[in-house]
Amino acid sequence: MGFRSPLGRALGLGSARSGFAHWWGQRLSAAALVPLGLWFMVSVMGLPSTDYWAVSAWAGSPLHAVLLVLLLASLLYHSNLGLRVVIEDYVHGATKVVTLVLVQFLHMLLAVAGVYAIVALSAGGQ
Amino acid sequence: MAEFRLPANSRVQAGREHKAPAGASRVRRFKVYRYDPGSGENPRLDSYEVDLDRCGPMVLDALIKIKNEVDATLTFRRSCREGICGSCAMNIDGTNTLACTQAISDINGDISIYPLPHMPVIKDLVPDLTRFYAQYASIRPWLQTRTPPPPPDRERLQSKEEQEKINSPSACILCACCSTSCPSYWWNSDRYLGPAVLLAAYRWLVDSRDEATGERLDDLEDPFRLYRCHTIMNCTWACPKGLNPARAIAEIKQMIAARHL
Repeated sequence: MGFRSPLGRALGLGSARSGFAHWWGQRLSAAALVPLGLWFMVSVMGLPSTDYWAVSAWAGSPLHAVLLVLLLASLLYHSNLGLRVVIEDYVHGATKVVTLVLVQFLHMLLAVAGVYAIVALSAGGQ
Repeated sequence: MAEFRLPANSRVQAGREHKAPAGASRVRRFKVYRYDPGSGENPRLDSYEVDLDRCGPMVLDALIKIKNEVDATLTFRRSCREGICGSCAMNIDGTNTLACTQAISDINGDISIYPLPHMPVIKDLVPDLTRFYAQYASIRPWLQTRTPPPPPDRERLQSKEEQEKINSPSACILCACCSTSCPSYWWNSDRYLGPAVLLAAYRWLVDSRDEATGERLDDLEDPFRLYRCHTIMNCTWACPKGLNPARAIAEIKQMIAARHL
């Protein structure tokens, strides 16, 4: 409770003057996921076998390795942007910032681990 | 976290029943939300049986009849009774609309009436719209120009096409049916402007006479003020004037995109 005017409260801290980059990034990553997702599904279904060596041989092609990294990056970028909005919608107060930071870190961890896995797989290592 | 359950003192309890008078020929039951914050009691749902053969055709007619003849303590706002003042906006049969333009015959079964959702309640069907009006004031809903005004005997000219752009968004009566139907507005109304205010902002953005478009977009480009809209479209569904706030918001996003790309 306080004596701040309703208009003062509605104006709050003012406009962040950002939001376009998030909105645009979410749409761009969604658009990228359509061809990448289709390629991934068709490719995996076309594999002769799904044992480690067959998948490793398939990912060993530079084209496939690059597309796999792109798919992973688009997916995690899109997920990071989307989850951020969900958290901003439903989590309020101090927990919001903590949750946002944890989700960002989790996405970064998944991205680095995923790229490492793709590189290791395409190099045929264990 | 967002609250998905009402706090204990807001949970609605069963209320009183008011039977139709003897000899009533066409009876419909209205279940009306009653709450008096000063009483210390929880909200309750009172039911009123109304003889439709002795009542006007609209939900507002029934509410006025109940207040005049059955229960004078029932509180609600109304003024024009023809859908132009926006005072009698309430949640009828699960949809936000104007009681004065909602025909009783278009609703099946018992008619439930609640105040506009997720707003503080002053009493019964009267919500506190202070923040809603303050948000409207915050977007400076008036013409802003730098060109000196024309002499008093001259107008600011507009072509027919230019006028048509503001025709529809100008028809908004600020009843708040759209904003209070929007889940994004429920969870973040302290920062999200909501569909009604964004439609009003759009009305000034597309006004060919206004010269503050850039400043208006600056003020709107914000993760909460504008981008909290997730195109849920409840606003467009609810609007009793048939306007399309969701489309206006999408067009504001396009305008912001246009100045970035």
